[in-house]
Amino acid sequence: MTGKRSTFLLSALVFGFAFLYVPILLVIIYSFNEGKLVTVWTGFSFKWYVSLFSNDGMIDAAWNSLRIGVMSATLALAVGTPAGLVMSRFGRFKGRTLFSGMVAAPLVMPEVITGLSLLLLFVTLEQLIGWPAGRGVTTIVIAHTTFCAAYVAVVVQSRLAGMDTSVEEAAMDLGAKPAKIFFVITLPMILPALLAGWLLSFTLSLDDLVIASFVAGPGSTTLPMKVFSSVRLGVSPEINALATLIILAVSVMIVISSLLILRSERARSRSMNQAASES
Amino acid sequence: MSSDKPTLKQRYDRLMLRHGRIIVIGLPYLWLMLFFLIPFLIVLKISFATAEYAQPPYSALFTWIDEGVNITINFGNYLFLLSDSLYISAYLNSIRIAAISTVITLLIGYPMAYGIARAQGSLRSVLLMMVILPFWTSFLIRVYAWIGILDREGLINALLLNLGIISEPLIMRQTEFAVYIGIVYTYLPFMILPLYSTLEKMDVSLIEAALDLGCKPWKAFIKVTLPLSMPGILAGSLLVFIPSVGEFVIPELLGGPNTLMIGRTLWNEFFANRDWPIASSVAIAMLLFLVVPIMWFQHIQTKQEENGQ
Amino acid sequence: MSQGALQKAHEDVHKTQPWNNPDAVPFIRFENVTKKFGDFYAVDDVSLDIYRHELFALLGGSGCGKTTLLRMLAGFEEPTAGKIFIDGVDMAGVPAYERPTNMMFQSYALFPHMTVEQNVAFGLHQDGLPKSEIRTLVSDMLALVQMTKFAKRKPHQLSGGQRQRVALARSLVKKPKVLLLDEPLGALDKKLREQTQFELVNIQEKVGTTFVMVTHDQEEAMTMASRIAVMNEGVIRQLGTPFELYEYPNSRFTANFLGQVNLIEGTLVDDDEKYAVIQSDDAGGEIYIDHAVQGHEGATLWIALRPERLRLLTEQPTDTKYNCLSGKVEEIGYLGGLSTYHVRLDSGFRIKVTEPNSSRHIEPRYTWEDRVWVTWEAGAASVLNQ
Repeated sequence: MTGKRSTFLLSALVFGFAFLYVPILLVIIYSFNEGKLVTVWTGFSFKWYVSLFSNDGMIDAAWNSLRIGVMSATLALAVGTPAGLVMSRFGRFKGRTLFSGMVAAPLVMPEVITGLSLLLLFVTLEQLIGWPAGRGVTTIVIAHTTFCAAYVAVVVQSRLAGMDTSVEEAAMDLGAKPAKIFFVITLPMILPALLAGWLLSFTLSLDDLVIASFVAGPGSTTLPMKVFSSVRLGVSPEINALATLIILAVSVMIVISSLLILRSERARSRSMNQAASES
Repeated sequence: MSSDKPTLKQRYDRLMLRHGRIIVIGLPYLWLMLFFLIPFLIVLKISFATAEYAQPPYSALFTWIDEGVNITINFGNYLFLLSDSLYISAYLNSIRIAAISTVITLLIGYPMAYGIARAQGSLRSVLLMMVILPFWTSFLIRVYAWIGILDREGLINALLLNLGIISEPLIMRQTEFAVYIGIVYTYLPFMILPLYSTLEKMDVSLIEAALDLGCKPWKAFIKVTLPLSMPGILAGSLLVFIPSVGEFVIPELLGGPNTLMIGRTLWNEFFANRDWPIASSVAIAMLLFLVVPIMWFQHIQTKQEENGQ
Repeated sequence: MSQGALQKAHEDVHKTQPWNNPDAVPFIRFENVTKKFGDFYAVDDVSLDIYRHELFALLGGSGCGKTTLLRMLAGFEEPTAGKIFIDGVDMAGVPAYERPTNMMFQSYALFPHMTVEQNVAFGLHQDGLPKSEIRTLVSDMLALVQMTKFAKRKPHQLSGGQRQRVALARSLVKKPKVLLLDEPLGALDKKLREQTQFELVNIQEKVGTTFVMVTHDQEEAMTMASRIAVMNEGVIRQLGTPFELYEYPNSRFTANFLGQVNLIEGTLVDDDEKYAVIQSDDAGGEIYIDHAVQGHEGATLWIALRPERLRLLTEQPTDTKYNCLSGKVEEIGYLGGLSTYHVRLDSGFRIKVTEPNSSRHIEPRYTWEDRVWVTWEAGAASVLNQ
């Protein structure tokens, strides 16, 4: 590779990562600013964190969001895992094309359309069968489960696609029935994918503004809805503090998980070397 | 021999096996039918209704009169979309803004993906993680970060005023420019990741072979690397383009009152005007626009899956 | 041992083999089995009997249908037509987990999240055996494959050869009626493969289970198998013991597939009860065969000559006009243990001869452009009519 070329690539990387990270860093820095204006640094302070935690509306919304996130991610796993299994292991069946279309479409569907269509469904259902009575946490959970399940299905499917089917065949050959094979062999092997799918769903649910706005009802305001209504009016240092906390939580989570992955990979390569030298 | 005929238990197991298969397919199938497919049909139905001051605020499509069903189909909503230049320009604007943002994202993302794919082992995974990390933090907060930077009283203006480069604050927020920045910023990881995965799989010796055969580096890039990374370029571009067309948060927070985008129009029809039938027909029209790119995206995905296996 | 005694010994063994006994009951029977994938015939109307205690090999190139045949036996694929019997029981509709077969997979398919011990015990747990019995069976089996000290390891902590042993132990521990082996040694390197071939045969003799194995490696099949079915394009081209296949190939395909061969085209000119003479323009001479040939005079035939059965002479033999072709040495390949000579016959045909290098020569016996005569014994040639 020529020197000119690597200089170009290096500057592209530096510029790109600066573009990605400088705005986030600024949000973090100004969350500790004493003054209300973002432009002027008036001194270091935790006062916006204090005021964030005394904002009951914000705390309630965060609590709502966490509850919805946990429920949606768990349900999405229950719906999305069989969907991924069907896509990668069940071969052909009647209606497969429609099925794979319905699994993949939510990934790229504009949120406003998904939100509107689900709201209209809930209204129609309420008219017809009286359920769901009004809108609230239940309807948001159903909406989030639907689009998160699509993500889980894709994650599970790609994990299964990379997995040798002969391992499952071996289990069947040794006398295990399909349901047992799934729980004893397949499930433990796709566990990392399921964990990733759950975390992804949880994050997506926690982050969603548009769909939740359509299907939410009184008393089910989520954190993004609360943030959106306050941000619409302009910059607010409380939001900076909240953003910093979210970024901190996410970073800690990611650093821990990558350290765990790194450690297990190291242990793995060590034991492989050991096996190679013994044989 | 006793094992000639399957025992009762074995027959029961085989029956369960067949039913088990139906249950495993059926659960996600029913869920997606009920909460993904049927809602679209309802949107379609309501787009043919008329707005009424009622609860819910639209007319019934099917009414029972005397001896049969009376179907009232109202094409008025679609005619209205066509006659009011607001909607047409909102559509065209959305497509233009999404297309330009996609190109900018590609121009920034491609060298980054290339650089990451060519980096050394452990550095590569760190860089890749740094691309993914913003994706896990809140989308809303990433858009919000730019308000503080681009605002009239924002950081850039403060900096330039202090340095004496400008005497009047620049208007950057509430412009189309800010919308471009917002889209490129939030969707950049979606462009880099598929690009990276195709570039990383590509055999470096192909480029070496091209150089060895007398190709200049830039020509080797155009003739070998670029065509081979086409699936990644297409997948990344569609992943940015499709959701940007329907984007609501970015034009709402960073764009001005004149930055018309179709997702925002739909939102306003629904929440501000409470005109559900018009909102539905806007959604159907948007979907018609997006059907082709969505199908294309799925086609690329399935093709890549087949190649991967 | 004299020639006659050897012949006698062969005949005695011949009589005791079940496949030569019309009253013997086959253990596994394929009856007109066909498997279609779409329009493609993976297996095309195959009938085959395999007997108890055999180590049977399905041999062929990739896509010849051998793996499909094995997978149908295991129950992973259902035949499109035809029937499969194991120990007299029709296997139609019997799922893989109820069949009396166990398979050793090409990739070994060890459960990555279980230890060696847990892998081996998996099948026994499915049968619901008491824990103490499982423990005994597993430890006996691990002792048999010499893996006792690795019992607590996970598959990724094992070398290729060790994984192969675990896979074997796991499939044998359930004492299946039939053990299926899909390319059992395919993932091992050459040295380890040769050593493992004999180990597998020894284990098979010890446990007495019927083995059916799939391989593309003719050497592996020849070394290990009691009988081999050579497959191509979904059909069995020839079935027999390694000796029969090598010495009496029934077609140019099997002659070419097993070992090296010179195929010479000729015309039958004289066919007697005791001998036959074939005139070959390819070879530029007459070929004498020491047995009768089924065919009318004037029919086109092929003669298969193994390179190691040919001899090179520097002077023309005077005692016979048959089986003696003259030519020049064109290429010499020195392989250490033996040397290969490519001789360009006067007819233009190129024939391959191998000779063992049984002593260290100071000078090679033949060199390039030397005039030589290629001869062989009348019994060395096989006559093929397809």
